Amino acid sequence: MYRYDEIDQALVNDRVAQFRDQTRRFLDGSLSEDEFRGLRLRNGFYIQRFGPMLRVSIPYGMLNAPQLRMLAHIARKYDKGYGHFTTRTNIQYNWPKLEQVPDILADLATVQMHAIQTSGNCIRNVTTDALAGVARDEIVDPRPYCELTRQWASFHPEFNWLPRKFKIAFSASAQDRAATVVHDIGVHIRRNADGELGYTIYAGGGLGRMPILATKVRDFLPEGELLPYCEAILRVYNRLGRRDNIHRARIKIVVKEHGADKFRQLVEEEYARIDDPALRLTAEDIERMRAHFTAPAYAADAAAPASFAQWRSTSSRFAAWARRNLKAHRVPGYHAVMVSLKPIGGVTGDCSHVQLDALAELAERYSFGEIRVTYDQNLLLADVRERDLYALWQQLDAQGLATPNIGLITDIIACPGLDFCSLANAGSIGVSQDIQQRFEDLDYQYDVGELRIKISGCMNGCGHHSVGHIGILGVDKHGEEWYQVTLGGGAGDDVAALGERTGPAIARADIAEAVERIVQVYLEQRGSEDETFLETFRRVGMAPFKARIYAESAAEREAA
Amino acid sequence: MSRIIRNRAIAADDYTTLADDAPLPAMGQVIVSLQRWRAERGALAGGGLRVGVRLANTDDIALVWADVRERPLIALEWPKFADGRAFTQARLLRTRYGFAGELRAVGDVARDQMFYMRRCGIDSFAPRADQDLDGCLAALTELSDAYQPAADGVVPVWQRRRRHA
Ligand code: SF4
Repeated sequence: MYRYDEIDQALVNDRVAQFRDQTRRFLDGSLSEDEFRGLRLRNGFYIQRFGPMLRVSIPYGMLNAPQLRMLAHIARKYDKGYGHFTTRTNIQYNWPKLEQVPDILADLATVQMHAIQTSGNCIRNVTTDALAGVARDEIVDPRPYCELTRQWASFHPEFNWLPRKFKIAFSASAQDRAATVVHDIGVHIRRNADGELGYTIYAGGGLGRMPILATKVRDFLPEGELLPYCEAILRVYNRLGRRDNIHRARIKIVVKEHGADKFRQLVEEEYARIDDPALRLTAEDIERMRAHFTAPAYAADAAAPASFAQWRSTSSRFAAWARRNLKAHRVPGYHAVMVSLKPIGGVTGDCSHVQLDALAELAERYSFGEIRVTYDQNLLLADVRERDLYALWQQLDAQGLATPNIGLITDIIACPGLDFCSLANAGSIGVSQDIQQRFEDLDYQYDVGELRIKISGCMNGCGHHSVGHIGILGVDKHGEEWYQVTLGGGAGDDVAALGERTGPAIARADIAEAVERIVQVYLEQRGSEDETFLETFRRVGMAPFKARIYAESAAEREAA
Repeated sequence: MSRIIRNRAIAADDYTTLADDAPLPAMGQVIVSLQRWRAERGALAGGGLRVGVRLANTDDIALVWADVRERPLIALEWPKFADGRAFTQARLLRTRYGFAGELRAVGDVARDQMFYMRRCGIDSFAPRADQDLDGCLAALTELSDAYQPAADGVVPVWQRRRRHA
């Protein structure tokens, strides 16, 4: 993975010193609350419902063992012993003290980490496919492009005070596992008819209120032109993005208000006028960056098909895990292993300091010392030998990290919601736990199959509810927690789509029941066991689901 | 005379900012709005005045360049600390249009923005009244390096690394 050189390290160190000074000036009263807010946000520091929150950047989800140990150390020393992984593949701590944040950042800098631009109206962490470099359907490893983009975007002097936050995601495979079409810029790396590498560029996607899928801006952009083109999009946005209404400030509104054609024209005109050769990447620049992401030294004797078959037949728990939590690897004998952060009744994405330390150990022992954070708030050990699978599973299991539910109904994406977030209308964590408990039975989960539930505690959509197969959105009704349900959304699926609303909001007490009814309709309606929830929904439409969700239950009829 | 930062030093502000309805002095250096410059160009340019022009951060540089290209000073406005439109204006004026005069940041100008303003081509700063000018000066070089090109001649890291290899 990418290693800092002296330039990267100097910048991160300078940033720590800068924030230390800003914090000091805020505490001595010479920097106003309002001004400090913008500055601390750009260093990942929020003031939340019950206290502060620090969001640490994990560029495109990559972590190595020393970094995991540092995250564990921070959880222990400055927090309550755990951290929370997000859909943007960052980690959040919920209890740091402002006075200590400069020290935390200094600690992070010792392992080449930081919290730069993890919030605030600037270019945020760049994300990509968690299977980058190991996926079978990949055209090229997207991470070198992500890192080049990260560097270009870091401390960008022109684009550090945008109308609103700005998120960029990369995908380099047939299936878009990075949900690029719900990002401000979505980059699809591809080859043109002549076999040359380049990009299809999308812009203006976003969740939150007014969720919208991104518009294609450029069908094929040559490989060296990535940064000038991004500058063109950002410049159009910085000039024309609305600053009068925070809810209309994302780039998607610029696209909407000007229309896709006009927006495209503005970007292309701006791009045509950017003639700064310094922004252009040469083949050599990209090659040099690629050298940071070379394949590890894969062993020739990694495969162990006989043992693997035997473990599966002797342990049904191992077999269940192997069935759900292993992903195909391009190198024979290797598996990509998903580490579930969704234990039944747990908190989505949470990881304790003990688990983080254990994962550092396991990464070193079984996966070349690296681990990745995934878009769905799990972790991934990307390069595990088949012959190590059983030993790894036992150790993950001992840490509560082997829940065999990847991609299933209990593998829920949920934002922190009312328990932590000051913007929330309603809780997410409790709802997620209720649903998990209803579907705890593994056979039931397996029968239902691939089904992604995504929960947000408010319209901001941090839990990506709009693109959940079942989306659940917390709304406030006279001070009570209610939930709007959508069906048929998808991102990272075969087709990206926004969910369709089922009807009126549903009370907190009824939400798990509503999900169960939705699942029942699916099980009754599906054409075969191979037809997924999304496929069934697209075939039969909303009507049968709606009828069942809002039908009175037998108990209710009796009571009435 | 209030103090500003110009060319990385504290200096006396030798320009007077004129409201649109303020009477014109016969001599000296003044900053006027673009509207006034356009309306009274003859009177302003004729006498013994040296005239700088203040743009709003919503002005499109492509549309105003012809009016301001000869000016010794252009003032760009930060109406609020967090409103970053003038960063783009500054960078375009320097790198696309080659403006070589004094480029001044006015309005809600505070030290924690000044490093980025400088990188975008601002060489003159009229900080908010509460700002400590020595602190502002120090802030201009707060980060020792930068990754990307802007308007300050920084060679982007990817280019510098070519030479290292
Ligand atoms: S979706 Fe709303 S409640 Fe949930 S984390 Fe985001 S802002 Fe907070």
